[in-house]
Amino acid sequence: MEEMIPKKQYAPGEHPEMPPPFKTKGAGLWLQQNLFSSPTNIVLSILAIYFLYKMLPGLLEWSLLDAAFTGSDRNECRAKAGGACWAFISERLPLFTYGFYPAEERWRVDLSFLFLVISAVALLWEKCPLRKPLMVFAVFFPFIAAFLLLGGNGVKLMVVLACTAVVLLLLYRGFSSAFMMVLALVVAVLAKYAFFGGIGVPFTDIHATQLVDLNQFTQLNLKTVSTDLFGGFMLTLIIGVTGIAFSLPLGVLLALGRQSNLPIIKYSCVVFIEFIRGVPLITLLFVASTMLSFFLPPGTTFNLLVRVLIMVTLFASAYMAEVVRGGLQALPKGQTEAADALGLKYGPAMRLIVLPQALKISIPSIVNTFIGLYKDSVLVIVIGLLDPLGIGRASLSSTEWNGLTNEVYLFVALFFFVSCYGMSRYSLYLENKLHTGHKR
Amino acid sequence: MSATASTAQPSLFAKLWYDKNNRSIVVQILATIVLIWFFGSMVLNAVINLEAQGRGFSFAFLEQPASYDINQHLIPYSSRSSHLQAMWVGIINTLLVAVAGIILSTILGFTLGVLRLSKNWLVNKLAYVYIEYVRNVPVLLHILLIHGIIVHSLPRTKEAWNLLSDTAFISNRGLFMPSPEFLPMFKFVLAAFIGAIVFAWLFRRFARSLQARTGTQLPVFWVSVLAIIGLPVIAFIATGHPINWEYPTLKGFNFQGGAVIRPEFLALWLALSLYTAAFIAENVRAGILAIDHGQTEASMALGLPRNRTLNLVVIPQALRVIVPPLSSQYLNLAKNSSLAIAIGYMDVTATIGGISLNQTGRAMECMILVMAIYLIISLTISGIMNYYNKRIALVER
Repeated sequence: MEEMIPKKQYAPGEHPEMPPPFKTKGAGLWLQQNLFSSPTNIVLSILAIYFLYKMLPGLLEWSLLDAAFTGSDRNECRAKAGGACWAFISERLPLFTYGFYPAEERWRVDLSFLFLVISAVALLWEKCPLRKPLMVFAVFFPFIAAFLLLGGNGVKLMVVLACTAVVLLLLYRGFSSAFMMVLALVVAVLAKYAFFGGIGVPFTDIHATQLVDLNQFTQLNLKTVSTDLFGGFMLTLIIGVTGIAFSLPLGVLLALGRQSNLPIIKYSCVVFIEFIRGVPLITLLFVASTMLSFFLPPGTTFNLLVRVLIMVTLFASAYMAEVVRGGLQALPKGQTEAADALGLKYGPAMRLIVLPQALKISIPSIVNTFIGLYKDSVLVIVIGLLDPLGIGRASLSSTEWNGLTNEVYLFVALFFFVSCYGMSRYSLYLENKLHTGHKR
Repeated sequence: MSATASTAQPSLFAKLWYDKNNRSIVVQILATIVLIWFFGSMVLNAVINLEAQGRGFSFAFLEQPASYDINQHLIPYSSRSSHLQAMWVGIINTLLVAVAGIILSTILGFTLGVLRLSKNWLVNKLAYVYIEYVRNVPVLLHILLIHGIIVHSLPRTKEAWNLLSDTAFISNRGLFMPSPEFLPMFKFVLAAFIGAIVFAWLFRRFARSLQARTGTQLPVFWVSVLAIIGLPVIAFIATGHPINWEYPTLKGFNFQGGAVIRPEFLALWLALSLYTAAFIAENVRAGILAIDHGQTEASMALGLPRNRTLNLVVIPQALRVIVPPLSSQYLNLAKNSSLAIAIGYMDVTATIGGISLNQTGRAMECMILVMAIYLIISLTISGIMNYYNKRIALVER
């Protein structure tokens, strides 16, 4: 028998803290566990370190340490530093941001952007102060922004805002959906009358000339700005926000249509979705720019930006429909049956029981579709709209900044990276917040 | 019987609207009318507009000479060929970049997905940074950036990088490689190759039945690899090297002879593959993570070694999760190849939907053709992937 070594006795709870067992913390151990735990790991780590050693210093030197941030043309940059020439970006920054929007009217773009930020914060951040009134503001935001960006008669804006307010109020009172649809149509016709004159089917007979001369009788008038002058990040945001705002509801309708028991409704949705998903966006944009006028009554023209917005929205809505369908299919059939058992009609059953759950399941994919739509907005350069990439490529052909392609592409890439990465982070946050089940 | 039910005669509206079956018929008839009105007026407008421009709807222009050059053509083409031939060249170029892109992006994507799950912190984070950067930047920017790097940063023809002592060259005009010319004896090498594949297939069948009968395992993989590589090599040597290589040589301003991969193709191929690989990597990661850890533990408990656990337990189950999103990534890649137009790679959008359209002014016909071609490509890819998905899907009773 081993002889017992007498130990000092401690009262319960009095034992002093002991040092941790050998090698359970410290940088060395972390390195060993995370980088050099096995032969494969050692090889991988060495390869990774070699790769970083080869890439990072050169990249840093080119982009920051040996880069020129000031200068008036390319040669001045080259004389100063051997790396990137960011002076080009800083000189052209207004162009990248506003496109050819008149300089003295740019406060309107800034103001719209501020409103966009306010609406977005109100919609996205649950603990936002004054959230209720700000959300009402967010509903009015599209009209206000359109008025600010396009300019025109302030009285007409007031008419549209008042109509929207009435619709909202009625909606809040809970009128039936059929009645709301009729009302929405009336409001759309009124809005169209207010903005473009003449009673007719909304938005089918907008003439380019009508967009220009709307300045008449009040003090509220803003100088009208043609959409041809829109460009830069502003254009990306217009396409992105419009597409996001309209493609979700349209996608939900298409998804519900695809799930419908009525064969004609179902198959028209299937054909639409599969057609849109089967062709690339740029062919649709080509259609918008070259072919759409063939399908309209003779003599009608559409504003090119409106055509592009419609195409981008339709394109995204087909993808959205598939995403939402995934959510609908993932929902147990018991949910619909329970709604039926409660005596709910189709509309309330969908609105109150099915859609909230289905949309929650599909949040990550919905945000991915949003990101895709936002990224796809650069494709408008192929039909001659000047998004940031288009502005960059146009600026590259000027004599003083010839050939700085890498700088332009990286700058635009950075812009997209920041906004898309932000969106995907937000989706992660939302996913965690709405996760009501048990998480392992 | 309640009195009201017998006396109240339902109106026609109530009959049609408050009866579920009748309502569904009414709604469908209304929808059909709206659809017919919508498409009918579109077609009618198109007819009126085309007539006003003084031309009908016809594909006769496809027979006219295209009179433009396409620098990459795998089938005979010259500027005197017809628009139809130009369209075929474009289709083949689209398919070429799509198939090459699908292969490369799958390899890269699976590798990245596994690296993203690596326990090695550095490798894991590098893969994360790569995937997040690539996924969050539009593919058009990747294409332009890579094209810019190839055209601006690679050496000019005179200073081309010389690879493998004068056999291949890289310059900003592309990658120049020797092109093979097959001598008649080469058919024996080909025969040996086909024979080896047949042998490998038979051997696998034999090995399986042997394992089923006796439990003995044969090294199927290594035998197949040895046969498929070894037999053609033996045949190649035995028949006395039946390939003549034509080497590229610098003549005047560019390389003559040999085969060339042009910078446009290279840029498009790399950009599409790198971009799609990032998405595939995320799908692969999600697929592997979706497999319960109990599966791995159970297989370990059965005494399967680690590689067999992966091959027989984890990967077959993970594939079920990975394949459906993978097929939509392939579809995206094929459709994104239409961005070739931005760097001048002559795919189907750039030929028939670009230059031919501008030359003939037949926007409607050209765009219908282009869309139909993409639809056919998309449907083919999703058909193949659905077939594969069915094969690997879980077979339940």
